[in-house]
Amino acid sequence: MKISLFLIVPLLTICVTGATAASVSEFSGYVAVEGRVFFNEALFSEQERGSVSFVLQPEYYHEWENGSSLTAVPFARIDSADSERSHLDIRELNYLWLSQNWELRVGIGKVFWGVTEFVHLVDIINQTDLVEAIDGEDKLGQPMANLSYPTDLGTFDLFVLPYFRERTFPGISGRLRSEPVVDTDRAVYESNDEEHHIDLAIRYSHSIGDWDFGIYNFNGTGREPTLVLNLDEDGEPALVPFYELINQTGLDLQTVKGNWLFKLEALYRTGQGDGFFAGVGGFEYAFANIAQTGLDLGIIGEWAFDERGDDATTPFQNDVMLGLRLELNDAASSRLLAGFSQDLENASTAFSVEASRRFGNNWRLSFELRSFYNQSEDDPFFSVRDDDYVQLELAFYL
Amino acid sequence: MILSLVLLPQAASETPEEKGFAIAKEADRRDTGFKSSTANLLMVLKNKHGQESIRKIRIRTLEVKGDGDKSLSIFDNPRDVKGTAFLTFSHKRKDDDQWLYLPALKRVKRISSRNKSGSFMGSEFAYEDISSQEVEKYTYKWIRDEMVDGRACFVAEFYPVDKKNSGYTRQVNWIDKSEYRVWKVEYFDRKKSLFKTLTMKGYQKYLDRYWRADEMNMVNHQNGKSTRLEFSDYKFGAGLKDRDFSKNSLKRVR
Repeated sequence: MKISLFLIVPLLTICVTGATAASVSEFSGYVAVEGRVFFNEALFSEQERGSVSFVLQPEYYHEWENGSSLTAVPFARIDSADSERSHLDIRELNYLWLSQNWELRVGIGKVFWGVTEFVHLVDIINQTDLVEAIDGEDKLGQPMANLSYPTDLGTFDLFVLPYFRERTFPGISGRLRSEPVVDTDRAVYESNDEEHHIDLAIRYSHSIGDWDFGIYNFNGTGREPTLVLNLDEDGEPALVPFYELINQTGLDLQTVKGNWLFKLEALYRTGQGDGFFAGVGGFEYAFANIAQTGLDLGIIGEWAFDERGDDATTPFQNDVMLGLRLELNDAASSRLLAGFSQDLENASTAFSVEASRRFGNNWRLSFELRSFYNQSEDDPFFSVRDDDYVQLELAFYL
Repeated sequence: MILSLVLLPQAASETPEEKGFAIAKEADRRDTGFKSSTANLLMVLKNKHGQESIRKIRIRTLEVKGDGDKSLSIFDNPRDVKGTAFLTFSHKRKDDDQWLYLPALKRVKRISSRNKSGSFMGSEFAYEDISSQEVEKYTYKWIRDEMVDGRACFVAEFYPVDKKNSGYTRQVNWIDKSEYRVWKVEYFDRKKSLFKTLTMKGYQKYLDRYWRADEMNMVNHQNGKSTRLEFSDYKFGAGLKDRDFSKNSLKRVR
């Protein structure tokens, strides 16, 4: 089991002012077991036909009477097939200092920026924990100091990010991996300070009537590495992640008009080859309470574009995504999200279904299916063309 | 005697619509000025076989001068949705603004508030039943006066202004004459047949002025399900501010 545990002496001195009567402590979190079965024989001999995983994510929270709080969320996964997917992390360990006019969060935290459903383009503070899931929604804890200053004219956020987290990649025996494998032990940085380069970000966000928007500038080591073909210690070919120093300006914008939601994310990045634009935009339309059954249906359409074309470090260089969201609004909170994506420059398509329902008060069963069709050789998903899978996860929430 | 002579011509000229509107307006006036409140809510969902499931929610409300209230609902139970929160800025005349916070992703999502007739968290309460009741959201008609459980009540019909998105054609309200508290509501669906009945129990007075029911029970006559709301720990004058009802505040609720 590879331990990529990130242990940091917390940057904070937690001022325990003595627990008062109104302070609150609580313990929550979940444990889960996950099973995956792949439809096809593995492409590479080291890989297996299926896997079983155990996940533990406890959560401790303490809030003082003045509103300041401490949050701790460690995370662990043990995976039967891929030693890189077995990993530990600290998702959160931070102190929130709530003052009259501002908030300061210091420690390891998690921040999400963005509005679209299938692509998370402008989200940049936290590194993607790619071994968790290929949708990029799982993130590694990021050491940070975040000062947030809300005003009547919008919210200003300043981030100082003193330590860089490397993206996780599946190992040689993991499915859903590249060929050759990414050698995470030999990551290369543009900055001489390597992972100790201090990254900075500033963001302004606001809601005006039907509109929500945010604009930011990030300056530091990019979260999305360029994968460079090289040789590993044994002289075998391997992909080495190269983390450039970038400057990125990003925008997220959303408006609601009746049953319609319109969304746009856009960025301009320099420092990773030539400067380029990338964007994703789309809509979601809600059919609410269909025929008085309580059933809600949402239709999602999104288009993603990256000016770099085939050289893009993401799979979304010119792709259309269509989605269907179904909520039963029953006591078990049953729901389903189906997605279909089509590359507009080759025949590559992908299909996914995520569904879940609750059992009793503490259990949740989740189903996931992903399949890939007609992957062309120049598509980043070519090496996962036979990695169609179904996954079941049963989680118990404390 | 003189007084009644002066008042009589006025009362006689009041149409049932005007009287209905005056009742709603007076009920609203009596509930104005509480500034902010917090409460705990236990929601008990019962299906037609009598099986129960529960939700625990904390509710924070902020009164907004000249517009609808702001409210924040935070889920503590079921545990898989713990920390999920709804932020609503209700408006008198236009669609409410609504955001949903998903704690696992740390994501604040804008959601469409057109889903007025949809179920709130699988319960028999629709979004329009639990959202801020503003005078401007309905037109009114007084029907009759009636004694209910020894209380003299007005019986008035409320007709939603947003006919297109409401699940109802009308609501019949029983409101007591002495304190303007709602004791019973009958909801009629789009086919004009009886859909649901809401009854209130255990009214208590806070800050010597504001009445709140300890228990509300919504029975759906069409699917045989019901939902009971039990309120506790009502606090008025909680000193909440605009800042406690922002997208930023969603990210730090627990």
